[in-house]
Order: sequence, then structure tokens, then C-alpha cells
Amino acid sequence: MSALTDDTLPVTPRAMRDEMLMFAAMAVLLGVVPLTGIYPFFVMQALCFALLACAFNLLIGYGGLLSFGHAMFLGTAGYCSAHALKVWGVTPELGIVIGTAGAAALSVVTGFISIRRQGIYFAMITLALSQLLYFIYLQAPFTHGEDGIQGIPQGYLFGIFNLSKPTVLYYVVLAGFLGGFLLIYRTINSPFGEVLKAIRENEPRAISLGYKTDQYKLLAFILSGTIAGFAGSLKVFVAQNASLTDVHWTMSGEIVLMTLVGGLGTVFGPVVGAFVIIAMQQYLAGFGQWVTVIQGVIFVACVLTFRRGIIGEIAHYFRRSL
Amino acid sequence: MQALYAQLLVGLINGSFYALLSLGLAVIFGMLNIINFAHGALYMMGAFCAYFLLNIAGIGYWPALIIAPIAVGIFGMILERTMLQWLAGLDHLYGLLLTFGLALIIQGIFQNYFGSSGLPYAIPSELQGGMNLGFMFLPIYRGWVVVFSLVVCLATWFLIEKTRLGANLRAATENPTLVRAFGINVPRMITLTYGLGVGLAALAGVLSAPINQVRPLMGADLIIVVFAVVVIGGMGSIMGSIITGFALGVIEGLTKYFYPEASNTVVFVLMVLVLLLKPAGLTGRAA
Repeated sequence: MSALTDDTLPVTPRAMRDEMLMFAAMAVLLGVVPLTGIYPFFVMQALCFALLACAFNLLIGYGGLLSFGHAMFLGTAGYCSAHALKVWGVTPELGIVIGTAGAAALSVVTGFISIRRQGIYFAMITLALSQLLYFIYLQAPFTHGEDGIQGIPQGYLFGIFNLSKPTVLYYVVLAGFLGGFLLIYRTINSPFGEVLKAIRENEPRAISLGYKTDQYKLLAFILSGTIAGFAGSLKVFVAQNASLTDVHWTMSGEIVLMTLVGGLGTVFGPVVGAFVIIAMQQYLAGFGQWVTVIQGVIFVACVLTFRRGIIGEIAHYFRRSL
Repeated sequence: MQALYAQLLVGLINGSFYALLSLGLAVIFGMLNIINFAHGALYMMGAFCAYFLLNIAGIGYWPALIIAPIAVGIFGMILERTMLQWLAGLDHLYGLLLTFGLALIIQGIFQNYFGSSGLPYAIPSELQGGMNLGFMFLPIYRGWVVVFSLVVCLATWFLIEKTRLGANLRAATENPTLVRAFGINVPRMITLTYGLGVGLAALAGVLSAPINQVRPLMGADLIIVVFAVVVIGGMGSIMGSIITGFALGVIEGLTKYFYPEASNTVVFVLMVLVLLLKPAGLTGRAA
């Protein structure tokens, strides 16, 4: 059985420098978006999904764990934030904290259950757990079932930043994204991340070296779920609603697709993948259901011919780590 | 009491579908090491195949029961030959991702042409009506589904566990290289196995067409429940899949009677409990 991701190059000073340059370029590019004519809501939405995909990638790309239920963190955080903001009338920063904490609590419970099995079983369990949550949210009164929670007030972040202004909201979302991204980047380059990669490559060996691999995997799962929840909380301010589509398993599939298109186990792949898929949905919306078919074709094409993804292929071509 | 027996029967019917689908998944997993995410889509194709046969060619239920599984099985074998076989030797998560993509394509195409609403398929005239058993009223078609799928499940079990072909198959699962050295065409066996698993899914689709309406997404939500069934039962044995499938259907039916709010979630809750108490599943070998 071959490893999920391409043999990643060792972290050398050059690799770090490449990644830092790439990060700076990304930050500048995203920073100037409001100055151009690009529709900011599209970019904000893409940023939320990019962070979500990065969180998912932390788990599969570095831990070898394919979670097919990551939408549950997006949806749970969304519902928690939306409910706190709309019904309790809390401030935006508290709304984000509540949503992220909700996703964190969920990831502790689901992680504890799902890491008991590996490989495809892990994927099926996460998928089943997210479907369980879907049915709970469908019936729970506070989610308003099919209608979702609509018309969420945006308010003033820290009492200063007016989130109902698109430009202000954009920079807040961007700051959230960059912060989450750096946290993930720091994690994968830490000793913890190295152990995670060792577990991905050969779990029995990691166990024989004395690592309690279950604890590492659980911690990675919680971290990933929490960051995914953070992305879900940010998305509430962008979309101003929380609905069942965010919890449905097709959303989990889209997160997998974004990461696969960009490149599993690459630092920047999920970001690129998220932008590609969100742009595709935006511009192909007129094709109706054919979008699903196109996504399916991309899935198949990626798995059969293009397993490294966009960034993975570029990095492989230049023999760099990105 | 009437309602309880009715829910038990519904549970047994759902259990038949769970058993047929998880059995097919187990057979495919055994040979190809792939969790066939497209299983739900192929189940749906089976139902649509019966629908087309009736409405375009005028071919009724009984021939469809044979033609649809063969047709969809051949389609499955084409998929295996053109795509799935290239994943041999890779991490089996890629198989899951590829078949997920296939499921999206198949379901998307059907949704484009048939929307999301259901198409009716009449119960064949021989199986219409019902019987009064004294304690409950049994619609004949429903009784037929339970008995017929039980027979098919046991026949599949017999084929794999008790015949020479099945012995070769199990041997090829354990050690393909060695079995090849005995002059057995392993790639062809893999293709046929995939066809068999897919055929079982399509058969379940035909059986369900007169009960549930024929819809493009009929398999999409079902497959996730079947995954939970697989996690609960483990895929270690063929008989395990059959028993777990039927048992969970019945438990679901009982829940619908005693506490309907939980009927959608009971299988997942059971999955959580089993994972906490017995992580390898009820009949499964440790993964």
C-alpha cells in the first residue's frame, strides 16, 4: 500500500523560504482584492472554504486520516454562532468564540469515537456521524429545520469594526483566514506535526517507537475540527445565515474535492482548490445539476491521472515543497 | 399491536435492502479492497433499469428482476475495467474517492433528466393484494421482498463459502499472486466479483422500485446507513453482513414504533455504541 501523499521533501531552509515567499505573495494578493473590481463576497466565501479545506488537509495530508464528515464542524459552528448572535444577541467576537467552541466540543466527542478505526472505516464513521448530526439538526427546534437561521445581525467586532461594511468584513475574514492558516502551518512544522507524518507513513512503527498514536491522532482531529468550526463561524457573517446544506454530506464531499484538486498534503493546495471549486460553482451555476456531474468528473480525473493536485504537480515539477 | 407488526415488517424489508447492499459491499471489498461509494447510485440504476424496461420496452417485473442486475452488473464491470483496476496497489482511500466521484456523475445525470421527484412503478399483478394472517394484514409484495432477498443472500453466501468458485475467490483475496500461479485468471475474477456485487445492488433496486418510488437520489441517503451497518457488523464475514443487515432493519422498525423521533438516527447511535464497546465491529476482524 503506497502512502496517500507524494513523498514530501524534507523541511530544509530553502523549503521554508519558498513557503514563506508564497505566503507573503498570497497575503498581498488577497489584501489588494477590495481595491480591484472583484466581487468581495465571492472571495470571502472562498476564504472560508479555503480555511476549512486547510483544516481538513491537516488531518488527511499529514495524519493520513480521511474524514468524510468535515461539514459537521462547519454546520455546527454555523448554527452555534448564528443562534448566539440572533437569539442571545451576543457581540460578534463572542459569537465566533461560541461557534468555534461548539465545533471544538463536537470534535472531541466525534474524534474519540472515530479514531477507534482506521482507513476507510474512519471515513465511513465520520460520514455516519455527520449524517447523525444532520438528522438531529433537521429535527431540533433551534435550527428551524429546512428554513435554517436567517437574517443574522453582523454588528460591530470589538465594538469598533462595522461588519456590515463589505470592505471591513473582508479584512476581518482575511485576517481570520491568515491566522488560521499560520496556525496550521506552524502545527505541521512542529515536532507534533513530524510525529503526525510518522504515523501517516507507518503507524505500527510509530507505536513501536513509543508514541501513543491515538492521542496524536485525536489531538490532530480536535485541532482540525476546531479550525474548521472557526471557518464556519466566519462564514456566518459572510452568508448571514446558517442552513442544513452546510451539514449535509455532499458538503463534506466538496471539502474533499477542494483539497484533492489543490493537492493533498501540500501547504497551499487546499487554498487553490477551494478558490477553483467556489469559482466553478459561481460561474457554472447556470448549468444547474450538471455542476454535480462536472464535480464528479473532476473527482474521477484527479484520482486517476492527477493525484498530486494543482499545487502538488507544480511543486513536484520544480522539486520544491509548497 | 397491528402497527407494531406493520413496523416490524417495514423493518424487515429495509433490513433486506441493508443486507443485499452490505453483502455486495463486502464482496467487493474482499476482492478489490475498495469501499464502493457508488453502490447507492448503482442500486438506483437497478430501479431505473426496471422502470425503463417497463415503460420503453414493455418488459415487466419478472424479466426485469434478471435483466436489470445483469445490465447494471455489466456496466459495473466496464467501470472496473476502465477505472477501478488502475487503483490496484494504491491506498484504498483512492478507491473511495473515485467511486464517490462516479456516484456524483451517475446521480447528477439522472437528476438532470428526471428531477428529484419519484416515478411510480406498479406492483406486479401476481403479487398484488394481501393476506390476513389473523394477527396482521400482510401485503404479499412485502412478504415476497423479504423472502426473496433472504434467499438471494443465502445463495450468495453458499456460492462464496461452499463452492469451488468461492474457494478460489477467497484464496485470491488472501494471496492473488499465488492463486495466479495456479493458472487462475485473477483480474477476470476481480471484474466478475465487482459485477456480482453491483448486480446485488441493482437487484435490491428492482425489489425496492414498487415499494419506494424510483428517484435519482434513492440510493444516496441509503448508502450512508449501509455504511453504518457495515461499521457495526464489520466486513469480516458474509454471514455477518446478512445478519447485521436484517437485524438493524428490525431494530429501526421497532424504534419507529416506540420512539419515532429517533428512527432516522437509531442506526448511527448503535454504531457509536458498538464502536465504544467493540471497536472492531460485531463480526469483524480488527482492521
